[in-house]
Amino acid sequence: MTASATATVAAFPAVETERASRDSRPLRLITCGSVDDGKSTLIGRLLWDTKAVKEDQAATLQRDSSGKQNDLGLPDFALLLDGLQAEREQGITIDVAYRYFSTDRRSFIVADTPGHEQYTRNMATGASTADLAVLLVDARTGILEQTRRHATIATLMGIRQFVLAVNKIDLTGYDRARFDEISHEFKELALSLGVKQITAIPVSALKGENVVYDGRASMPWYEGPTLVETLEKATVRSNQTVGFRLPVQRVSRPGESFRGYQGTVAGGAVKPGDSVVVLPSGMVANVKQIVTFDLVRNAAVAGDAITLVLDRQVDVSRGDMIVSIDSQPMTGRKFDAQIVALQPEGIEPGKRYWLKSGSRRQRVSVTPASQLDLKSGKWNAAEALPMNAIGKVALTFDEQAIFDTYEQNRTTGAFILIDPDTHNTIAGGMITGRHSELGGIHKGDERVILSLPADLADKLMATEIFSSRRHDAEVRHTNAGRAAELLAGLDE
Amino acid sequence: MSDNRNEAEARSAAASKPPLDPHLKALENEAIHIFREVAAEFERPVMLYSIGKDSSVLLHLARKAFHPGRVPFPLLHVNTGWKFAEMIAFRDEIVKRYDLDLIEHINPRGAAENVTPFTHGSARYTDIMKTEALRQALDAGKYDAAFGGARRDEEASRAKERIYSFRTPDHRWDPRNQRPELWNVYNGMINRGESVRAFPLSNWTEVDIWRYIQAENIPIVPLYFAEKRPYIERDGMMILAEDPRLELLPGEAKQEGLIRFRTLGCFPLTGAIRSTATTLDDIISELETATVSERQGRAIDRDQSGSMEKKKREGYF
Repeated sequence: MTASATATVAAFPAVETERASRDSRPLRLITCGSVDDGKSTLIGRLLWDTKAVKEDQAATLQRDSSGKQNDLGLPDFALLLDGLQAEREQGITIDVAYRYFSTDRRSFIVADTPGHEQYTRNMATGASTADLAVLLVDARTGILEQTRRHATIATLMGIRQFVLAVNKIDLTGYDRARFDEISHEFKELALSLGVKQITAIPVSALKGENVVYDGRASMPWYEGPTLVETLEKATVRSNQTVGFRLPVQRVSRPGESFRGYQGTVAGGAVKPGDSVVVLPSGMVANVKQIVTFDLVRNAAVAGDAITLVLDRQVDVSRGDMIVSIDSQPMTGRKFDAQIVALQPEGIEPGKRYWLKSGSRRQRVSVTPASQLDLKSGKWNAAEALPMNAIGKVALTFDEQAIFDTYEQNRTTGAFILIDPDTHNTIAGGMITGRHSELGGIHKGDERVILSLPADLADKLMATEIFSSRRHDAEVRHTNAGRAAELLAGLDE
Repeated sequence: MSDNRNEAEARSAAASKPPLDPHLKALENEAIHIFREVAAEFERPVMLYSIGKDSSVLLHLARKAFHPGRVPFPLLHVNTGWKFAEMIAFRDEIVKRYDLDLIEHINPRGAAENVTPFTHGSARYTDIMKTEALRQALDAGKYDAAFGGARRDEEASRAKERIYSFRTPDHRWDPRNQRPELWNVYNGMINRGESVRAFPLSNWTEVDIWRYIQAENIPIVPLYFAEKRPYIERDGMMILAEDPRLELLPGEAKQEGLIRFRTLGCFPLTGAIRSTATTLDDIISELETATVSERQGRAIDRDQSGSMEKKKREGYF
């Protein structure tokens, strides 16, 4: 086994021809798992087998590790990943690092986050830009509480594609039943979080099986894709199908005759002639031109950095949002959000912070309502949020704020909170809706009880709409007789 | 020669070129977004311009970001006096062609004390002529934001650096205490005296840079292309032997060969590679089969372990 894997690496062809232009955007992914699961080895293996590590870097590695190698004669991958001196000295991983590798089909940006303490803060940071999460488990130990936590955080941050890498499968003697058992358990978990796109892969990162190269020789029973094949086919999340949004970054006035509004399209599409509204002022205009360096364009879509020219004089400044007239975001002074507390001081109730969303920065006061217990998945009432807590909060603004829900638009629904004293970024947040004093169907003792067949209830909770509100609902499985009793009791 | 005509020709060529592939387009959009955000949020931005390929891409993106306006900040070139002659000629031509404001700074102490890479060793030389010089120039200009062309794929400590990388008033970087950076929402709030280094090319790789140069037809210093050039071999590196200040040591002899450079810095510290790549196509295919990283030819990265991180903490880019 050892010999053949080494040979594969050595034989990786140097004759690879010029790459065709890539037909898709880079896929951003996050890897979740701990050192014990073999995360560094997996990422190291990805970089090594896609030739993202060069000989001199490997030589430096060999030198730094004083020749320490894993049992395949490859360098110690963990040293490749831990870039900072403190990390190498203490053998720990600090903070989020970004890794780059590519195949003929696509490029990948990996947010590599440490698995130990403070993982919530680092995971949230890495997950904020990720399209997909790779969750790593050790085939011998299977799904752990940690896996559940990672999956929960990834879902909250808007990730809807999971890959389960069942690593160290070689150490189970390539046990198919074990793999099936773990992947089944994971699918249930993911489904309960509302994630439907799940791929489970038996992997040996150390031996390089089913990472970049297939592991058919050892696992003829596995006919699915390798990790890299799965990543090549994953979809990049896009805000193109929603209403047009242009958060204005700056106003360009190179001369008296030209006035353009510069920004990155955060949703939908735009073309000359479209009617738009400037928020928060509410003034209406039509799009006259889309200017870019190369040429005057006849359309722009979400993700494009553009300069927009309107057909009439309107007052637009940085922080305003230009939006389509028939599909507008929410405006108001009170919003509900979920936030992740990122700093030791946590979130203090009623304290006024700066909130930045897109190019708009406003004063806001934050009132925590509840905190997520990552162990049980339940929301418990809370008045303040400590570091690494995930909480539901109410936001109160001095002036009009403009948002979409995070579920609808990952750009115009996201924000950070900045401490006005330290200027540090103390929270990342996701808008769930306009604030309602009723607080949803959950307020006080009020509740709505629905009795449904179990499979229908599961399906319903897994839909897009309910996945974001699943914490407002309590799902209890019971038999028909007990349900009848329960409902009968309510009638009185 | 008419600069306007040059520009017009370049623009019409641009209009007829095929659209960027989605990968490069996404990287370009992200970089433009960062340029605009920094220009809008900071009072005195500046762009570090080192004349190399990454700087050339950075400058091109800046011009795109602010079109049809001018680039709204100056370029800062921290010169050491030991750059390749072709780099300086190229720099002056670009500044003229694109109507840019250029500030050149050379550390006066280094010049007065005659600090050279030959007399002071690469570590001390770099510290004085680059790191200290950069701090001097940033202080003198009271800049609160400085764009740089660093990429996270270049070196291990850079992989952990934010796009907005916060610096203390004495320009230090504290890798253990960086601000979290979520989505594309950047925190530009600082106190007076503090600053931010902004890296629009963070997510680009070396191949991306070359493919973008090709797709956008961006001018670069000719030293990147293979040509028959004189060189000497020293410390395992091929050093260009054109500058009269290069003194041959016993046993060294000038040779000539087809060589090019993957990165450009100070000529005595930058090693050439043997190459027959005379076009961008050649360079890209050479790169895709390359087995060593681009900074392999840079002496300053290797003069001690954890070298780049140490320099960065002290204010180097």
